[in-house]
Amino acid sequence: MLVLAEFNVLRPDPGLLFWSVLIFLIFWFLMAKFAFKPITNALIKRENHIQDALNDARKAKEELRRIQTENEKLLDEARQERAQLLKDAKDQGSKIVEEAKSKAKEEAGKILTQAKEEIENQKKAALHDVKNQVTTLALNVAEQVVRKNLSDQEGQVQLVKGLVDDINLS
Amino acid sequence: MNHTFRLIQSYLIAGFLLFTGVNFVTAQDHDDHHEGNHHSEPDEGHGGEYDPANTAFHHISDQNVYSLGFADLPLPCFLYAKDGGWDVFMSSKFGIGHHGNGHYAYNRYVLVESIVRRITDESFPMGKVELSDHPYHHEMVMVDGKEKEQVTVNYDGNHYNLENKSTLDGGLMGGGLTSFYDFSLTKNVVSLLLIAIFLFIVFSAVAKRYKQDALRAPKGVQSFLEPIFLFIQDEVAKPFLGHKWQKYLPFLMCLFFLIFALNLFGQIPFLGNANVTGNLTFTMVLAVIAFFVVNFSGKKAYWEHVFWMPGVPVFVKPILTVVEVMGVFIKPLTLMLRLAANITAGHMIIVIFVSLIFIFNEAGQNMVGSVPGLALSVPLTMFMMAIELLVALVQAFVFTILTASYIGAAIEEHH
Repeated sequence: MLVLAEFNVLRPDPGLLFWSVLIFLIFWFLMAKFAFKPITNALIKRENHIQDALNDARKAKEELRRIQTENEKLLDEARQERAQLLKDAKDQGSKIVEEAKSKAKEEAGKILTQAKEEIENQKKAALHDVKNQVTTLALNVAEQVVRKNLSDQEGQVQLVKGLVDDINLS
Repeated sequence: MNHTFRLIQSYLIAGFLLFTGVNFVTAQDHDDHHEGNHHSEPDEGHGGEYDPANTAFHHISDQNVYSLGFADLPLPCFLYAKDGGWDVFMSSKFGIGHHGNGHYAYNRYVLVESIVRRITDESFPMGKVELSDHPYHHEMVMVDGKEKEQVTVNYDGNHYNLENKSTLDGGLMGGGLTSFYDFSLTKNVVSLLLIAIFLFIVFSAVAKRYKQDALRAPKGVQSFLEPIFLFIQDEVAKPFLGHKWQKYLPFLMCLFFLIFALNLFGQIPFLGNANVTGNLTFTMVLAVIAFFVVNFSGKKAYWEHVFWMPGVPVFVKPILTVVEVMGVFIKPLTLMLRLAANITAGHMIIVIFVSLIFIFNEAGQNMVGSVPGLALSVPLTMFMMAIELLVALVQAFVFTILTASYIGAAIEEHH
């Protein structure tokens, strides 16, 4: 029969105890100093860096959005201004045309009035002339009539008639 | 019948350990009763009856030889005897044979099942002494009304009693103080040392990368370790320790990574399967250090809660004091038992599942029996190893998170 293997797992062994304590304490000290502390510090540093970067990115985004809205606003304003300007120009144009039209009309009116006046004047003058001529003619007629023999009634009437006809014909 | 009975017994022990981690002694006593029939029979070597329980005990115990299965590596022995002083030599001096049984005695030390024992009789010659084939026997003797195992060595026709190394259980676990102490670099010590050095090299390399440029993206081993590191930092240290997490983080990390690495190392086949985290001595060391860390950092509020619980009626306070003071010691005790029991149970079950092959083929005498043995053993062992991978992580995590919670309770200023 085999010798029963020594089952020492559940028995606290001073040798293993000593080495375990020694190795664990040294391990703890070395790992803390050369591994875990530097790693933790680096991780904290990186975490902060990432957080900062994220914050910066958020800030930049907000800034960009702000600039965009501002641009939009400026563009809108410009657009409105342009529309206003166009409208103004149009208005101005039509006004000028209107003015020109009214001025032209006025001028035309004036010219017409002047023409009318001129015509009137000419007419008056003509009439006056006619009157004068008529008067002259009448006087001529009368003179001729007078100069002819007034005794001859028939002849006189004939004469006058001839004279009048002459006048009408002329 | 015999091996079937031993097998069932081993299953029971393993199962029991899984859940409680105690009560092994009674099981082993029982074992010894059974073994009583075979008193003083000579060692039959490999051709003999196969005993899975013995194999399991052999594999999970701490030893003075680092056995890889295909080779036995000798380890340095530092032995101290009260009457003989220090003896320092390599265990190869014993001429390591089958089952780790030595062919030689050296300065009255012998190697039995890979463990050093001492010949108490002073008439045995000192120096290197060649022993006969199969010189070791064991028998049950009555000591103070209790049956006890006595291992002897046969030399020149005389039986010399062998003594085990001193253990600190005060006879509670079948050990006790004897004539010598073993401070050797045993298999467990060597494994612990190797893993500690390995972790230190890996972590210093990783730390170097962090030190060079903390803002660089992780790479290689660093990318593998960083999530684990951050997991322990963010899910264990920070929630339990509050703003003081940085002070205790190295301790928690040491616990986690050392336990985790040792658990995994113990599972690699042909690397010795060292059962360091399943050894009660090692978990005791961790638990005791955790106990000191917890109680040395205890604040006023913590001690108030232990000795004079605020916010309860006065007549309840003394009862709670008793409970709380017990709790201070029970907490590390459970840490110690939980880890050791889980890992030891896992190792035992795997050894026993592998043993199924040798049970079915009757230790190589009935090779047809290997077929059902293999059919049973391979899937069961694979299943158990998969479970053990999980257990390795879970137990390391549980030990760490519970330690963190105990420290957290101790450093809490007020609640």
